[in-house]
Amino acid sequence: MFRGFTSIVYKESIHILRDPRTLFLMLFIPGLQLTIFGYAIDMDVKHIPTVVYNLDGRADSRALIDTFRNSGTFDIVGTVNSDYDMMHSVIQAKAKVAIKIPPDYTDRLLTGAHTEIQILIDGGDSTVAMNALNVSNAIALRKSLSVLAKSVGVGQTPPIEARPRMLFNPDMKTANFMVPGLVGIVMQVVTMFLTAFAIVREKENGTFEQLMVTPVSRLGLMMGKLMPYAFVGTIETTFIVIIMRYLFGVHIAGSLALLGGLSLIFLFTALGLGLLISTLATTQMQAIQFSFVIMLPSVLLSGFVFPQESMPLPIYVIGQLIPATYFIRILRGIILRGAGIEDLWVQAVILAGFGLVILTLGTNRLRKTMG
Amino acid sequence: MSVAITASGLTRRFGPVRAVSDLSLTINEGTIFGFLGPNGSGKSTVIRMLCGLLKPSGGTASVLGLDVVRESERIKESIGYMSQQFSLYTDLTVMQNLTFYARIYGIPRHEIAARIDEVISIVGIGDYRKRLAKQLSGGWKQRLALACALVHRPRLMFLDEPTAGIDPVARRELWNLLFDLSGQGVTFFVTTHYMDEAERCTHVGYIYFSRLIVCGTPAELKQLPDMAPDGCVRLEVRCPRLAAAMKRLNAVDYTRDVTIFADSLHVLADEGCEQRLARDLEAAGFGAPQIVEIPPTLEDVFVTLTRNRDAERNNV
Repeated sequence: MFRGFTSIVYKESIHILRDPRTLFLMLFIPGLQLTIFGYAIDMDVKHIPTVVYNLDGRADSRALIDTFRNSGTFDIVGTVNSDYDMMHSVIQAKAKVAIKIPPDYTDRLLTGAHTEIQILIDGGDSTVAMNALNVSNAIALRKSLSVLAKSVGVGQTPPIEARPRMLFNPDMKTANFMVPGLVGIVMQVVTMFLTAFAIVREKENGTFEQLMVTPVSRLGLMMGKLMPYAFVGTIETTFIVIIMRYLFGVHIAGSLALLGGLSLIFLFTALGLGLLISTLATTQMQAIQFSFVIMLPSVLLSGFVFPQESMPLPIYVIGQLIPATYFIRILRGIILRGAGIEDLWVQAVILAGFGLVILTLGTNRLRKTMG
Repeated sequence: MSVAITASGLTRRFGPVRAVSDLSLTINEGTIFGFLGPNGSGKSTVIRMLCGLLKPSGGTASVLGLDVVRESERIKESIGYMSQQFSLYTDLTVMQNLTFYARIYGIPRHEIAARIDEVISIVGIGDYRKRLAKQLSGGWKQRLALACALVHRPRLMFLDEPTAGIDPVARRELWNLLFDLSGQGVTFFVTTHYMDEAERCTHVGYIYFSRLIVCGTPAELKQLPDMAPDGCVRLEVRCPRLAAAMKRLNAVDYTRDVTIFADSLHVLADEGCEQRLARDLEAAGFGAPQIVEIPPTLEDVFVTLTRNRDAERNNV
């Protein structure tokens, strides 16, 4: 059943070792990608450029602006002197937020009358906009409470205060959430490309025909192609996990052995996916295109970037058909929440199921006949 | 003598196109079978069907007593195949390629080294063991390919244009190799475009427009009735300005076919017309031509058969 397996492993290993530049890239690129993307994907919204149009100018209005500045969310990048300028600093993207304080702000505050501050927010980037909105609401609410408290003569503390406790990611650092997911995405992309060319390259070079007249078995050929790359993939994975831990400071809360074992299952699934592509494609160009078709949903629908819970049902269903979905859950589970196999066995079983189905499909697709 | 290959009614379609139609043949063991035909006539398709690479659309064939559809994997163990284009791994050395094929054919580990030495000495590639396959010249590449195809001691070898694009010396040496192996009992199925190679085969078959037109020993083919229609002789005519002379001879009514062969014309003409032919050429200013009667060459055979076939096709 595995006939020819060791000979294919022998040959593929020579191919890999013969080309040290490619080998270096295979090992180095994922680390580089993780580093670049890990820094780039930061959803913590801070330092939103903000302009101020202060018509009041007295101490209370300046105190309000300081509150905005001290929140860390807003960076006061300038002051403007007209509604026109205020509007246009947003249009010209000099600022994403503009705060207008009315001329009678202090007076009304003192008399206990209602006063309004106007806040313009550039809604183009919804994440930034939501954050600006929430923080400015919170600031206004806090201010109002302290004013009210003063007027009724009670202490500075409001009567009810929610005391949320963040489990697992106390600093709410995006890196802690994104980088483990990114590890999965980088693993999938790189390993899939490794094997996507494995068979189609032989088809293009004409060596596949020669291989087909030998008594090599399909499973032997498939697994023989996969094994050396699984080895490369293992080294690569170790490498990016080390980067995650020491460069991004993401601690692994759970078992390293479990992480390694389940990563290996995912590695085989991704490599199998590449081989499946390789059997479907007739040219390397096609293989690249197939790979992209698989890659994009893996990035966008796997829950890596966008929460799957808020996806429309059909999209959600597609997301459930992507192996990366389960691996990203596993990664976040083990790394962030210290989950064990008793918490993750469902995901692990589904992932292994995907791996088996993909490898079986690939082996069946692999015909030892032409045309 | 046992049978190496039999085919009956073998047909292969690619969509609406018939690449091979109703091909039947029998090849005995020990034969060097030369398979000829123009490009695109279906030669490679036949080989691929016999090797189990392509499923026939119709008909049956068996190779070494095994059915090409049902038992193709078992056939693969005892045949060697060299495809048209070089299809070994160019980034592996000669030894690595040989080791790979030795292992994939399941030769026991302890025999591999001896077997590789054996094929290396057969094809004489010993000086290049550590050379990458891509650094070999055309002739040496073909020898390596042959060595790889031989490493499991196949009883039957399929060679698809093994000498295309290699120099005449390498070509001659490759054929000498084939004869040596044939002497050891290996059967060969070889496609070629070279007539001199065809003449060296024990049997030849000619395929044209997907049909096997003729099959037999070279001597048999030269005696086909088509080759010597009643009342015809085949003449070799030596004279200057061959192209002009050919035009002149095409215009007279006692010639049936005129072809330029190197420095002479081969003319299929009515019996007893030699004198007229000489007179006509002399009158047209070609001097006194030398005329001798000759047996047909294989090229004559194939050209004649092709023309007859075309005439039939046009009449239908």
